[in-house]
Amino acid sequence: MTTFQAPQASAGSRIIGLGSYQPETVVSNHDLAARMDTSDEWIRDRVGIANRRIAAKDEGVVEMAVIAGVKAIADAGLAPGDIGAVIVATCTMPSTIPNAAAQVADKIGVKAAPAFDLNAACAGFCYAVATGADLVRAGTAKNVLVIGSEKLTDWTDQDDRSTAIIFADGAGAVVIGASDDNQIGPVAWGSAGDMAEVISITDRDSFIHQEGQTVFRWATTQIAPVAIRAAELAGVELSEVDVFAPHQANLRIIEAIAKRLRNNGAREDLKVARDIVESGNTSSASIPMALDHMRATGEISSGDVVLMVGFGAGLSYAGQVVRCP
Amino acid sequence: MSDNVLSGLAEIVEEVAGVAADDVTAEKSFVDDLDIDSLSMVEIAVQAEDKFGVKIPDDELANLKTVGDAVNYITSNK
Repeated sequence: MTTFQAPQASAGSRIIGLGSYQPETVVSNHDLAARMDTSDEWIRDRVGIANRRIAAKDEGVVEMAVIAGVKAIADAGLAPGDIGAVIVATCTMPSTIPNAAAQVADKIGVKAAPAFDLNAACAGFCYAVATGADLVRAGTAKNVLVIGSEKLTDWTDQDDRSTAIIFADGAGAVVIGASDDNQIGPVAWGSAGDMAEVISITDRDSFIHQEGQTVFRWATTQIAPVAIRAAELAGVELSEVDVFAPHQANLRIIEAIAKRLRNNGAREDLKVARDIVESGNTSSASIPMALDHMRATGEISSGDVVLMVGFGAGLSYAGQVVRCP
Repeated sequence: MSDNVLSGLAEIVEEVAGVAADDVTAEKSFVDDLDIDSLSMVEIAVQAEDKFGVKIPDDELANLKTVGDAVNYITSNK
């Protein structure tokens, strides 16, 4: 029997470029309080957000993804022609077809690129990094552009004070390339489809609804073990982790998970992403955006050991250890 | 009413919400008197589940208006 050829596998993969994009318009808690029954104090207490960015009418998932993607490719020192596949993690495209990734690839100038969207909601970025890393290691694609891009405001009832205060827009991207030493740990991932109804858009004209207490309980009790498992899979002690970058869902969830990591050996000086304060919850865009912002301010540095974990609708979750580019 | 459950619950409330344990008395309303929000109630429930070996589902939480309600629920379900 003929053995089919397999692609030339690589020993490992690593993140070689990082970039992000946020829309210009800032909506503060005071802006929201002026049009609905809420207050700066109430919002800060419940979700830890001070400001969020919202996209312009003509600015969609594709447009934001393109800008973040171009920045990540430049950060990697590559040209669009060096990209072998494009994955866009998103759950907020205006319709189910066409997907975002093919248009993003075209607009960036990645000709005839293999391109697909991945919907694992707020866990989407970590799912996409796992997929991209494996494509690179297997030799299926040389460099993979992974983008999380979301226009959540399209799917948010701006009169609903439980969701309008949280959700925002933006994009973050990484480029994953081959490496002799592996710098993207195995993914710890899974789902809880029995809880599907607790975060959902119930029909196509409807808005995001979530059962806040149930989601909060799930996230504060079930996600720290996923992060801990991701570190174990990578062969990294929690004390070796420099940066914890969870999905920016709610500051209280972030702090609850970080506390559990510290109780399990993470350092007191662990840097915890708190980008939600100024950016809101941007679903699959939140982790790369947080990392890009933290690197730009010097809070984190190239070479840092980063533990990422995404979690959200599905319910779905995924986490892995990566080296900051 | 179980004093052990009350004092154990008071410790949890103090840790989660920063309310002095001595102020956590049976007649107090979590929301109106102790200023505890819905997410802190979840954190209190999760810790109470661990401490007392009881299940407190989210739909049950809404019925626990006062500290006494919670103590009675924990006592009769553990």
